[in-house]
Amino acid sequence: MSQIRNFSIIAHIDHGKSTLADRLIQYTGMVEERQFRDQILDTMDLERERGITIKSNTITLPYLAQDGQEYELNLIDTPGHVDFTYEVSRALASCEGVLLLVDASQGVEAQTLANLYLAMEHNLTIIPVINKIDLPQADVEGVKEQIDHDLGLNAREAILCSAKEGIGIDAVLEAIVAKIPPPRGSVDKPLSALIFDATYDSFRGAVISCRVFDGAVQPGDIIRLMYNNAAYKVEEVGIFWLNRQPQKVLSAGMVGYIIAGIKTVSDTRIGDTITLEDRPAPQPLPGFKEVKPVVFASIYPVSADDYQTLVEALEKYKLNDAALTYQKDSSAALGQGFRCGFLGLLHLEIVQERLEREFGQSLIMTVPGVRYEFVLKNGQTLTVDNPQHYPDPIHIQTGREPFIKAAILLPERYLGAVLKLCLERRGVNSHISYPTAGRVEVTFEMPLAEVIIDFYDRLKTITQGYGSFDYDLLDYRDSHLVKLDIMVNGEKVDALSMIVHQDRARQWAVRVCERLKNEIPRQQFKIAIQGAVGGQIISRETISAFRKDVTAKCYGGDITRKRKLLEKQRAGKKRMKMVGAVMIPQAAFVAVLKTVKE
Amino acid sequence: MSNRKNSLPGLYIHIPFCKSKCLYCDFYSLTDLSLLPAWLEALQQEVLLYKDTFAPFDSLYLGGGTPSLLDGFQLAAMLDSLRRHFSFYPDTEITLEANPDDVTREKLHLWRDLGVNRLSMGVQSFAEPDLIFLGRRHTARQTEQALEWVRIAGFTNLGVDLIYGLPGQSAGDWRKNLERALEFRPEHLSCYQLTLETGTPLGARKAQGRIKPLPEEAERELFLLTSRFLEEHGYIHYEISNFARGEAYYSRNNRKYWRHVPYLGLGPAAHSFQGGKRWWNHRSLDRYCQALSDGVAPVAGRETLSAGQLHLESLYLGLRTKEGVDLNLIRPQPRGDTMLGELQEAGLIKLHHGRAALTREGFLVADRLPLWFSD
Ligand SMILES: Nc1nc2c(ncn2[C@@H]2O[C@H](COP(=O)(O)OP(=O)(O)O)[C@@H](O)[C@H]2O)c(=O)[nH]1
Ligand code: SF4
Repeated sequence: MSQIRNFSIIAHIDHGKSTLADRLIQYTGMVEERQFRDQILDTMDLERERGITIKSNTITLPYLAQDGQEYELNLIDTPGHVDFTYEVSRALASCEGVLLLVDASQGVEAQTLANLYLAMEHNLTIIPVINKIDLPQADVEGVKEQIDHDLGLNAREAILCSAKEGIGIDAVLEAIVAKIPPPRGSVDKPLSALIFDATYDSFRGAVISCRVFDGAVQPGDIIRLMYNNAAYKVEEVGIFWLNRQPQKVLSAGMVGYIIAGIKTVSDTRIGDTITLEDRPAPQPLPGFKEVKPVVFASIYPVSADDYQTLVEALEKYKLNDAALTYQKDSSAALGQGFRCGFLGLLHLEIVQERLEREFGQSLIMTVPGVRYEFVLKNGQTLTVDNPQHYPDPIHIQTGREPFIKAAILLPERYLGAVLKLCLERRGVNSHISYPTAGRVEVTFEMPLAEVIIDFYDRLKTITQGYGSFDYDLLDYRDSHLVKLDIMVNGEKVDALSMIVHQDRARQWAVRVCERLKNEIPRQQFKIAIQGAVGGQIISRETISAFRKDVTAKCYGGDITRKRKLLEKQRAGKKRMKMVGAVMIPQAAFVAVLKTVKE
Repeated sequence: MSNRKNSLPGLYIHIPFCKSKCLYCDFYSLTDLSLLPAWLEALQQEVLLYKDTFAPFDSLYLGGGTPSLLDGFQLAAMLDSLRRHFSFYPDTEITLEANPDDVTREKLHLWRDLGVNRLSMGVQSFAEPDLIFLGRRHTARQTEQALEWVRIAGFTNLGVDLIYGLPGQSAGDWRKNLERALEFRPEHLSCYQLTLETGTPLGARKAQGRIKPLPEEAERELFLLTSRFLEEHGYIHYEISNFARGEAYYSRNNRKYWRHVPYLGLGPAAHSFQGGKRWWNHRSLDRYCQALSDGVAPVAGRETLSAGQLHLESLYLGLRTKEGVDLNLIRPQPRGDTMLGELQEAGLIKLHHGRAALTREGFLVADRLPLWFSD
């Protein structure tokens, strides 16, 4: 056990976490250069493209240290986004130390801080690493200063490296061995292992990634997942190299995987404790939380004919993503679909892209919302995550919506613009502090609904990329919520309804109507587009009627040509949605969603 | 009209030659008249291929191209061959498309003698600047002369083709044209709105921005004016672009196209329809002649229409006519009744005796309506 080191790399997006991980893998000789490109860099397209990991990739690196000893370094990669804070916390709980990676040209960012706090909560050894020292604009001294002041860490211990150029990699490895303590725990105690991830293998079912704290587990054992209270027979245990590497046993201190005939990843829960059926641990490991979705949106197939394909795509996707929830939903305009729950907006986008990309599905996604609460006059409390379930206003006593605490770190010169943004988004109880000269940390309490729609993008824009953002859910607060309906020729387009704060209703209504006006083609009658709250019209646009569309001649030959054109248009119409007698192109729904994001 | 005439097949011959190309034209026709004899030869072969495959025809339409440029001998030989190999009803409507510059008293008499009983005159306009803009070969004077001679020669079924909606044309200009046409009391009028097709010289000018099509509002106005004016003068607006001075003068040939009645088209680029199948000839005289010299039909493509396709075409074609379509084509469609309601309310469609027909305003958007009744 003294030869094992369990660690993670924590960093703000783009500070070089993946690059450093790849370097470490390469340095320890796990793979040759060529294989390295093919095997590592090309997996997980989507994450590579977005520079975000959503699944923890774990790898065991054999390392011959300068002291002449062989070590097993377990690198537990963590998802790098606020949507996945809980997953990060479980990965960190599986480590004894972290590399805190800071970009020498960017300095400390909001996520650096958030992750650092998480690491501190777990009493981990923190090794500051300053990356990208090869860049001409690298400001190593400045970053050291921040590490001292902002982070309260010892900057003299910071390791300088360039993951890209391969500079300082050996120093990083040596520091891992020297500074991070070996795992403690006892092989003789009852098994207690922490699940920090699970992936789906089409032949083997769920593959659990776990950290063994005490005891040992081997094929043939009957394990029990303590929270789920379910027992399985272990088929295989092993560690991760580039591929799974079966082992005879996983014992205290080790990080590896368990395959136990568990059908899907949804049968496992991140943070749950694995123990042995016949010799259980006295209590589960601390910190378990049931992850709950916070962002909700409905998805519909573009063509109703594709509903069944969507069902299958979702089922398949769900095999590998326990955090996604979904249930049947239906809309008069869009037909059959699903109401989905996501951990956050990024999670939503990832699911959408995955479905579209991997399953060839074109989707219409409704405007995302949060889960609201309505206290009714009869004392009952209703939770509503779908505008279609908005209660009759006469029964509502009060509405409540989830609030978050947003922490934003930014260069001082953007402070005014950021404060304005936060106030627009109904931010309250602001707090401003100056951790270092020129940099400001702003915290706000804000409705979650206001940040799930494009807040982060706007923040990036107004701070020219220098602002960073992190949040925690706080509580539910009273809020004057109304339901905004969009009507086309007097018919409600249910898929475009949303629950909004009263003060924001008109603004949304105007924008959505404007956008629809641009997206709905003229038809043979006038089309009125209206935004309404409780029957009162608060915005209105009109699309004038189509005035002329007729072919002058139609001879023998023209008939086939014309019919083909009609057939093509009809196929296009299939992709349109009918609201009353008005055809609304799919693009209009997409555009409205975009509008909301602008 | 009797049922017989509603379902008898029609014969169309495409004469693919013109002395020169009009600037708006996208019909298939060649200006190298030296190829004419070879084409006539090939046509003979094509006639033989279809011998006995159609029921007796009650209409023969010589179109083009410019059928009026055929000389007496050529035309006589052609008609003779058709009569020998196909059968025709005694009262068959035989139409010949003529360009005013080809019309002489002698030719008119010849056509009468050969059995032509309907003339369709490519007048297009009575205004000299229009004729130049369109690249027509004749003058307004020639046209008037020709129309007078037509009557003198004893033709009692005269059709006049006009084009309107030229860039810059005013309602007054167009009305004057109509009035001039009516002086000759044509039994039939086709009034086509000018379309600047890509691939034609005018289309190219439009693409280069050298000519600007009429704005939509002006086009609407001209269309409505045409319909109102001609109906006031006793014509029936029986199809979007066609008017007749009585049901007897509806173009038999065109109505076959519009009603899925069988027709046989001979000549390059001609289309045929029979038994739910449509086929069309090569749009190339070379390939047309080559196929026939190889002893095979000069067919470039065929299609068998599915029930759905027939339905869509019936809607499209039917809605272009005064008769409209049987409500049974619409009602069973998923949103048929909703749409009928909406369109009636918008004043685009009216229901009458179990049929739905477009109003004048409805004709103006006829192209997009079938989609509403077809899923
Ligand atoms: N110049 C320089 N660029 C680096 C270095 N490390 C990473 N990068 C670049 O920074 C960007 C983000 O790196 P990545 O590893 O994807 O960051 P992650 O989001 O933290 O995983 C990529 O374009 C890398 O090539 C470095 O040491 N020097
Ligand atoms: S005469 Fe008719 S077919 Fe010939 S070029 Fe002119 S419009 Fe075209």
